[in-house]
Amino acid sequence: MTGKQRTATDWLPDWRYRLHEQRGTWMAVAMFVLIFVLYIAKHPSGLTVPVLTTAANKGVLLAVVAMAQTLPVLTSGIDLSVGMVFVLANCLASHLVVGSSLQAAFGVVVVLAVGALCGFINGAIIVWGRLQPIITTLATGTIYFGLALGLRPVPGGDVHAGLADALTGALPGGVPAMVLVLVVVILLVWVPYRRSALGRAALAIGSAEGAAYMSGVDIGRTKLLTYTLAGLLAAIGGLLLTFVTYSGEASSAIGGVYTLNSIAAVVIGGTSLAGGAGSAIGSVFGALVLRTIGDLLFVFDLEPLWQPLFQGLILLAAVSLGAVQLLKVSNRLELFK
Amino acid sequence: MVDAQPLLQLVDVSKRYGGVRALEGAQFACAPGRIHALLGENGAGKSTLIKIMAGVVQPDAGRILLDGQERRFAHPQDAVSAGIACIFQELSLMPELSVADNICITNPPRHFGGLLIDRQAQRRIAEAALARAGAEDIHPLAPVGSLSLSRRQMVEIAKALARSPKILILDEATSALTAADVERVQALLRRLRGEGMAIVYISHRMKEIAALADDCSVFRNGRHVATFPAGSRSDAQTVEMMIGRDIAHAFPPKPDAPASTAGDAPPALDVRSLSWNDRLHDIDLQLRPGEIVGLGGLDGQGQREFFLALFGVLRGVSGELRLSGRPVSVKSPRRAKASRIGIALVPEDRKTDGLMLPMSVRDNLSFAAMERLSRAGVVSRARESQAVAEMVRKLSIKAPALDEPVGQLSGGNQQKVVIAKWLMNAPRIVLLNDPTRGIDVGTKQEIYSLLRQLAQEGAAVLLYSTDYAELIGCCDRVAVFYDGRIVRWLAGEALTEHALVSSALNLGATATAETMEEPA
Repeated sequence: MTGKQRTATDWLPDWRYRLHEQRGTWMAVAMFVLIFVLYIAKHPSGLTVPVLTTAANKGVLLAVVAMAQTLPVLTSGIDLSVGMVFVLANCLASHLVVGSSLQAAFGVVVVLAVGALCGFINGAIIVWGRLQPIITTLATGTIYFGLALGLRPVPGGDVHAGLADALTGALPGGVPAMVLVLVVVILLVWVPYRRSALGRAALAIGSAEGAAYMSGVDIGRTKLLTYTLAGLLAAIGGLLLTFVTYSGEASSAIGGVYTLNSIAAVVIGGTSLAGGAGSAIGSVFGALVLRTIGDLLFVFDLEPLWQPLFQGLILLAAVSLGAVQLLKVSNRLELFK
Repeated sequence: MVDAQPLLQLVDVSKRYGGVRALEGAQFACAPGRIHALLGENGAGKSTLIKIMAGVVQPDAGRILLDGQERRFAHPQDAVSAGIACIFQELSLMPELSVADNICITNPPRHFGGLLIDRQAQRRIAEAALARAGAEDIHPLAPVGSLSLSRRQMVEIAKALARSPKILILDEATSALTAADVERVQALLRRLRGEGMAIVYISHRMKEIAALADDCSVFRNGRHVATFPAGSRSDAQTVEMMIGRDIAHAFPPKPDAPASTAGDAPPALDVRSLSWNDRLHDIDLQLRPGEIVGLGGLDGQGQREFFLALFGVLRGVSGELRLSGRPVSVKSPRRAKASRIGIALVPEDRKTDGLMLPMSVRDNLSFAAMERLSRAGVVSRARESQAVAEMVRKLSIKAPALDEPVGQLSGGNQQKVVIAKWLMNAPRIVLLNDPTRGIDVGTKQEIYSLLRQLAQEGAAVLLYSTDYAELIGCCDRVAVFYDGRIVRWLAGEALTEHALVSSALNLGATATAETMEEPA
């Protein structure tokens, strides 16, 4: 076969396909840039290093938790325990990431391992126990919160100050250190996942689980690793929270808000809750959009009372963009599949 | 001849699904460098046979030999690594993933120590596989979900080729293809045969089999009937083998004079040149009150879509629809069931589209007739109980208690509930999509009598069935579907199993349907 007899007119250039695949991510990026520019323009002190650093410290926490949520959602699952693993890691870190640098480093490793273990337990119950992700993670999330409460009945604790100051400050040049942390997490966790056979298998499962099985994809192993990675990412978020607050707090309100906002961030970031398509990068920007909206209303001197309403409208608008293609369906039975 | 050393051999293989026997002591062998055609009616066991070869289902009994060695395929992965690639009737593609991702899903090329997928290499593999399948027009980065059905089918073929299999199984792989693609696939299969691949080919198109196959095996009712060199039997003989002698069904007598006396009265249902997307083409059909008309043909030739179109489920249906002479347009099932129109549909899959399995028998029965049973929006318990009891008696539904979930009933009684649900609405036109599939013989006969009784009471009945005996025994006339069109009408003496099978395979008909170009 020559392979060169194709007609050029049938083929769009490669970048058109890549753009189509990543359109959700780019939409979230555009939304973030728009809102952030608006925010900075109205901010009394404008684009200064402290303003940026504060924004980054708040935004990156949710961004990492949203990345954690993205992985199960891509397999058309969900993880309602990410917020609780986040809180558990925070409480654990407030005990362990203290003392000498060596002790603190050991503490970091333990916190991350515990997070991964929490995720592994979720995955094990879902794969081997054949329970639905939503109810499994609702139950395990409550258990993880119970453990957090046992570790930290009242808010308090401490964290390695050198590490905390380094990660929550600004780098020479004015770039917030948290942004660098986020980039490192993306490069070390998301990029290898997305580009490996594991991430490919996860997307295949989310797209059509039956077809993936028939194609010889190992469904159980993929889901197990996916939930484990989600636990690990949530624990990274909890660790960063400790560096920002210098303490641990077992708050069910924080856990719940982070879980729900992570789902919202995933959707704003262009990942379908039905699975199969999307990106954690989109979720990161979705999280930043959600965070910035809150601050935006503040600089516009709007009453904080309006903030939930405004967030809800943005979420609704973002979700509607994804549903436009359903208008083309001509067999109405397919709408219910 | 089959005297070459077989590559893959199935010996005395049996498989049951619940009480239904799918395969019984079946034999099959295929040799390298040969194309082996599998023939048989719907439900003959062909699909189960290839699912066993592909590791999708495990046989209850029997042995699988690969190169003379006994093997066990517990998962599709096992069969894939043994060099067996299968192209299924239902596609095994992931719509959100790109063509290249799909082609390389089982074992993507990697770099950086096996950690990451090498996307350049993957693209080269995909391009090579598409080129080998003769589908260079497909972009490797296009999402599969954006491709037309025939292009997807070509991706499926390329996906199988990319695994460099020793044995390639094609289950109706050409049914969705355009004529030009069928040519290309046939040329490809001949080339692969020359390279020494063993090919198992399932098609209902006898012409393709005659053009390609070296050997033919016929299956019937889960049993292996015969294996012979292609071309050694005539089409008629082959069809005879596929039908065999079946157990006689007891059908209620048909009325002597078909309701043709009502020639002046307008038909209950009058469909003129109904079309939908590229699945239904110019369907004309008249249905008189008191008549049972059958829809024949192979599975998936548009019968299901035709029912959905009549029932208002499909959007963008063109053509004219008249009920008793009145032009109507049915925009939704809700409108279809309204007393002004009065169409009922017993759907194909009772478990998903017919019943709410966890809800009670009573609730399921009264759903469709809710408006009739309520006054000012409130359901009258008394009227509901009375109507439900009447239906339970009329169809002799065997339910331990009417408050039990309907999912606990047997398949036959579940199907009776679906039918009864619609009868409570007193429909004038009843559409039934394969209502006796997976149902015991006794209940089947009750359903046949019920249909005849409905017709005698003045309803018009459209019955699609994959069981040819049923079409012959139950229906006054049968419209045979092929490729979204009615290709032949059979009635009276002409309504025989032989005629049904050969028109379902579109034998003897001009090749118009096959030379149709796919709409862009």
